[in-house]
Amino acid sequence: MFEIHAGLFNYWVAIALMMVGFYIVIAQGNLVKKIVGINIFQVAVFVFYISMGKVDGGSAPILDESIKVYSNPLPHVLILTAIVVGVATTALALALVVRINRSYGTIEEREIITINHKADHDEDTRS
Amino acid sequence: MAATAVSMLWLRDLFAVVMLSGIYSLFAAVLYVVMDAVDVAFTEAAVGAGISTVLMLGTLALTKSKEKAHKKVAYGPLVLVLVTGAILIYGTLDMPRYGDVNAPVHSHVAPRYIEKSGDEVGPPNIVTSVLASYRGYDTLGETAVVFTAAIGVLAIIGRRRKNKKDEPPTAKAKGESAS
Repeated sequence: MFEIHAGLFNYWVAIALMMVGFYIVIAQGNLVKKIVGINIFQVAVFVFYISMGKVDGGSAPILDESIKVYSNPLPHVLILTAIVVGVATTALALALVVRINRSYGTIEEREIITINHKADHDEDTRS
Repeated sequence: MAATAVSMLWLRDLFAVVMLSGIYSLFAAVLYVVMDAVDVAFTEAAVGAGISTVLMLGTLALTKSKEKAHKKVAYGPLVLVLVTGAILIYGTLDMPRYGDVNAPVHSHVAPRYIEKSGDEVGPPNIVTSVLASYRGYDTLGETAVVFTAAIGVLAIIGRRRKNKKDEPPTAKAKGESAS
């Protein structure tokens, strides 16, 4: 079983990491931790892409007379772009967390929901 | 690498979690070097491990660095995650094997980039010429995204409100924001 599928091991590592990130995002209540989870997920996708670009016996895609086989440069380019975009979105998400903390005084999802419910309740009783 | 990812699950000290996510990025960078993606590796090390760790530390300084106690294992999400993982693994079964020269990824535009980019664009690094020339619009779009994100961050936290300490939203504040 393992012998047959040994060549798929790289995908399985990526999937395992992806699922750890996914679990953190949906199961943990802390907003900063959720963002870390998104990052884990993201890096797993990058690993997946880069592992697809690898060619047996290939070398890094930098032209040289002595090299015959190169790995595929295309996934590298896509992931370079994705890394930078990923950091931009992380920065935006963190800014949202800071803003949430400023107006709610907490970064725990559960407490925020409680505060919102309380505010809704106040509104109902007042009207 | 998997160990750092899993230990981030259990740790409640957010400072440690952020540091571990930096280490996780560095491990990923090492993995990229092994898989021949040197450019990606140093971008990941500089941007992923460097800048995003600094950003997260900044956030922790502005918020709280301890997570509240929570339930140990949430079974609903756990089942969901395991099922999704199993489906994805089932999906990989007919993927091309690692390092396969005949994989579909390598048969379309990549050979042309490898053969012609030296003459057509110039730099010996193929990734550079693809990034800056063949896929220049991608890079332009990326710059636009980063610019938009910067504007967004400034809009969200750039100016401090006059009342320094915003209270939790009362019914009145919520009504205002809704209107």
